[in-house]
Amino acid sequence: MNSPRFNNFVNWILARFPLTKVWNEHLAEYYAPKNFNFWYFFGSLALLVLVNQFATGIMLTINYKPDAALAFDSVEYIMRDVDWGWLIRYMHSTGASAFFIVVYLHMFRGLLYGSFKKPRELVWIFGMLIYLCLMAEAFMGYLLPWGQMSYWGAQVIISLFSAIPIIGEDLSLWIRGDYVVADATLNRFFAFHVAAIPLVLVLLVFLHIVALHQVGSNNPDGIEIKENKGPDGIPVDGIPFHPYYTVKDIVGVSVFIFFFAVVLFYMPELEGYFLEHANFIPADPLQTPEHIAPLWYFTPFYAILRAVPDKFAGVLAMGGAIFVLFLLPWLDTVKVKSIRYRGGIYKKALFLFVISFFGLGYLGMQAPTPSATIAARVLTVIYFSFFLLMPIYMRWEKFKTVPKHLTSNDSLGSKIPLIKQAVSDITQDTVVTTKSGKTLHLKTPNPSGLRNASVDLAKKMKDSLD
Amino acid sequence: MNNSGVDKTRRQFLTNALTVVGAVGTGFVAVPFLSQMQPSVKAKATGAPVQVSLSKLEPGQLIRVEWRGKPVWILNRTKAVLSTLAPLESELSDPNSTESIQPPAAKNATRSLKPEVFVAIGLCTHLGCSPTYRPEIAPTDLGKDWQGGFFCPCHGSKFDIAGRVYSSMPAPTNLEIPPYRYIDDNTIVIGENA
Repeated sequence: MNSPRFNNFVNWILARFPLTKVWNEHLAEYYAPKNFNFWYFFGSLALLVLVNQFATGIMLTINYKPDAALAFDSVEYIMRDVDWGWLIRYMHSTGASAFFIVVYLHMFRGLLYGSFKKPRELVWIFGMLIYLCLMAEAFMGYLLPWGQMSYWGAQVIISLFSAIPIIGEDLSLWIRGDYVVADATLNRFFAFHVAAIPLVLVLLVFLHIVALHQVGSNNPDGIEIKENKGPDGIPVDGIPFHPYYTVKDIVGVSVFIFFFAVVLFYMPELEGYFLEHANFIPADPLQTPEHIAPLWYFTPFYAILRAVPDKFAGVLAMGGAIFVLFLLPWLDTVKVKSIRYRGGIYKKALFLFVISFFGLGYLGMQAPTPSATIAARVLTVIYFSFFLLMPIYMRWEKFKTVPKHLTSNDSLGSKIPLIKQAVSDITQDTVVTTKSGKTLHLKTPNPSGLRNASVDLAKKMKDSLD
Repeated sequence: MNNSGVDKTRRQFLTNALTVVGAVGTGFVAVPFLSQMQPSVKAKATGAPVQVSLSKLEPGQLIRVEWRGKPVWILNRTKAVLSTLAPLESELSDPNSTESIQPPAAKNATRSLKPEVFVAIGLCTHLGCSPTYRPEIAPTDLGKDWQGGFFCPCHGSKFDIAGRVYSSMPAPTNLEIPPYRYIDDNTIVIGENA
C-alpha cells in the first residue's frame, strides 16, 4: 500500500478531488460531543434504511409492472416466481415501516434535548422536509401493489386536496390524471415514487447533514461544545466522529438489524400493521373494504382528520398537525435546551403529547364509533396544545442550573452492582428438594420486595417530574 | 469604447431585463410539463353512458354498475322505506338538497326521477370511499334511531335512504346523483339527462 506507485496515484487523485478535505471535515475531524447516548443511533440508522430502500427498490422495479391491469399480478410474481423476490419485497415493505420507527425516534430525540433550537433551526426544517418526502414516498409506494387498500387509500388521500376551496377539484383531478384513481394515477405515482422524490430525498439528506456539520451536533446536556475550545481550537468536550461514533453506530446497526431480521423473516406483515390484509385482494373500484385505515405511521394524522366534523377543517387540522412541527423552533423559545435541565412542566407536557400521539395512532386504526370520535377530539386538542400553548406554559417552568461542561454517562459496568442489588431486592432464595433428593436454590419473586421496588420507582418518577 | 468606468445602472437594467425574460420563458416551459398530468384525451373520452335494465331489480335490492370508473348504485325502495324520509328532515344537514349535486329533475323529496328507484354515485362526498348499504332498522353499531341508509366505513358519515347526509358528519353534502333518464319503464341510461 505504501509503494511509490500507490502514493503517486493518491496524489494524482488529491490534486483533482478534495478527498482528504471532505473526509476530515465530515468524519475524522468533525468533533461531536462525547456524551451521545442511544438516542443518537437513529440518525445513522435512518441513513441505513434509506440505503436499504434504494437497493431493494431498484431491484423491485426490475420485475414490477406499473400498469393497473398487471401491477397486482406482477407483485405476486415477485413473491412467488422470482428467485429471492419475496426477500427483496419484504425488505422493502418492512424497511418502510422501519424508516418511520427510526425517524419518529430521531424526531423525539430532538424534542427531548432541544436539538431543533437555535442555532439548529435549519437542521430541523430540512429534517421536517425529509419527513414530508418520506410520507409522500410511503403514500405513493403503497398504491403500487394495486390492492384494495392501495386503491381506496389513494382515493381518500387524493380527495383531501379536493377539500381546498375553488382550486380543489381541479387540483385532485390533475393529481389523479383521471376522474377516479386509475391506470394514469398508478403510472405517475410509480414515476414519482422511484425517480422524482428519491432525488429530492437525497438532496435533502445532503442539506440536512451539511447544515448539521456547520453548527455541530447537539447532545443530551443541550450545551454548545463549541463554546469551550482548547488551545488547539478543538472543543474540549468533543471527540472525532470517526472512529469513535462510526464504531458506536456499528453497534446500533447490529442491534437494529437483529430486530429488522426478526420481523423480516418471522412476521413480515406484522399482523397487518406493516402490510394490511385487505391489500392482498386486487383493487375493486366498486367496493370499499369494510374497514379502511392507513398504515400505522399515518394513523395519528388520520385520527385528527376524522375527529373534525367538517371536510375542509378536517383537512386543515391534519395538515396543521404536521405543519406545526415546522414552527417548533419558534414556539419553544426557552434558552435551556435539554429536558435534563427543564422542570416538571415540560416533562408533563411532553408526556401528554406522547400519550396523545400514541392514542391518536391507535384510534386511527379503529372504526369510527361515536365514543372513539370523542376520544380523538380530546387527544387532538392535547396534540395541538402541546405546541401552540408552549409559549404560555413554558413561562411557569422552573429550570435547573445548566452545567458548563458535558456530564458523563455512567458506564454499563458501573451499573452492574446496582442491577444485582435490584434483582436481589425483588427476589428471595428458596431451597427446593427434588424427588431424586437433590437440593436446588431457586430465586422466586418476593412479593413485598416487588411492592417496595414499584413504590420506589413511582416515587422516582414523581420526583423527576417536579 | 469607453474603458474608464462601468455604468452600473445599465448593467443592473440588463440583469433585471434578463431575469424577467428568463422567468417568463420558464413560465411558458412549465405549461407542457404541468399540462401533461391532466386527464388525457383517452381518459376524457371514456365517459360513455351506461344502459341498465331494472326488470330483475327486486324490492330492497341494490345493484352496482360502473360509470366513468365510479360505482353507481341502483336501489329499489319500497313504500315503507320511502315513508322514513319525511320524518328525518330535521336531522339532516341539507334536506332539500340545495347544496348538493343532482340533475334538476331529481331535486325533490326522494332525490329520484321515480320515487321507488334510487340512482346515486356510490362515493362519499367527504373523501370518496364507497359507503355500505345498511337497510336494517336500528342495528347495534349504528344506534336505535337508524332508519336504514348508507354508512361510510372510512370516516363514519351517515346518509339516509335518499343519500341525504345527517347533520355534523364529515361529509359536507348529500351523495351525488348522476344524470340519468328512462328509455322505457324498465331501462335507464346513466350519463344522459332526461
